[in-house]
Amino acid sequence: MVGVTQSVMAHKILEELNKCGITHVVWLPHSENKAMYETVLRESSMTLVPVCREGEAIPIALGLWLGGKNPVIMHQNTGFYDAGDSVRGLALDYQLPLLMLIGARGWRKSPPPTDSAAIFQEPVLDAWGIKHYLVTDEKDVQKISQAYHETQATSRPVAVLIAEEQMQ
Amino acid sequence: MIDSMEAMRIISRCRGEAIVVACMTAKDEWHHVSTQRQLDFLYIGAMGKASSVGLGLALAKPQRKVILIDADGSLLMNLGSLVTIANMAPGNLIHFVMENSVYRNTGGQPIPNAGKLSFSGLAKEAGYRQVYDFEESGSLDEKIDRIMRQTGPTFVCVKSPSLSECSPYTSPRLDAKIVREFRATLYNLR
Repeated sequence: MVGVTQSVMAHKILEELNKCGITHVVWLPHSENKAMYETVLRESSMTLVPVCREGEAIPIALGLWLGGKNPVIMHQNTGFYDAGDSVRGLALDYQLPLLMLIGARGWRKSPPPTDSAAIFQEPVLDAWGIKHYLVTDEKDVQKISQAYHETQATSRPVAVLIAEEQMQ
Repeated sequence: MIDSMEAMRIISRCRGEAIVVACMTAKDEWHHVSTQRQLDFLYIGAMGKASSVGLGLALAKPQRKVILIDADGSLLMNLGSLVTIANMAPGNLIHFVMENSVYRNTGGQPIPNAGKLSFSGLAKEAGYRQVYDFEESGSLDEKIDRIMRQTGPTFVCVKSPSLSECSPYTSPRLDAKIVREFRATLYNLR
């Protein structure tokens, strides 16, 4: 069952993705994006590409982009760690202008997170030189478009961290 | 067993206007025989992910054949991609795997469970539309035209000799500039 707040957020996120002209959502479901599945399927013309493991997402997105499409990837921070070789060897080395929506499992403003998935997330992104934004509620969702435009302007991946606390 | 260079020549003969994604030793051998290098994506980057790049290209270019020339050790690193590909079911994708049962680039160490597992069996049970195994070049040569015409996703396992030395052939090393040029080439195909 998807809560009302998550559903509203999913619609807001979808609006942003539509503004960016996203054609494909390459994704693995997780707690922070579960409402997106039905929303994308029912209310958009975007093609959903489900993957078995997050490391597949960036190479699929690379293939789509090479073929002229405009993909976004969407999975949890835990999977971002799994996808490290693809982040390094494809998104960064090949200067892929890729918007990455990453579920921020364990994030909280205060007290500091105790979940290592959240603790290491921003330091790892910083270490790789990947710019990132945090979305914690509806007013932040516009950062998705901002991040997308930065991917295009810089030819680099940009991450948007979708925080769990505010989604439930 | 089919000599890998012979397999490349057979595939090349029927390639038509297909986009080709090749990885590992196959990319060097393919580069040597290819007659349309502008449509070749000689993949390196993240280990094992050529199959996923091929899927993305096939989804982006549904009107054009995409030939993926994968390696056995490479596919083992990304086995879930068989299920992901079968689920998306791109009709234009032909997925070759060169099964030599070794990591040739690192000196010929055997892949896990070498010779006992069935790659075509994995692909079939994952849900590929059709799968093939070839151990003789004559059989591959005879059936390749039909394979190329079929609606995919199609999986073709080519069994080749286990070799411990690196390929004598080389190919340009992929970088951001080549990636952009390849994208521009595909864009101009529209």
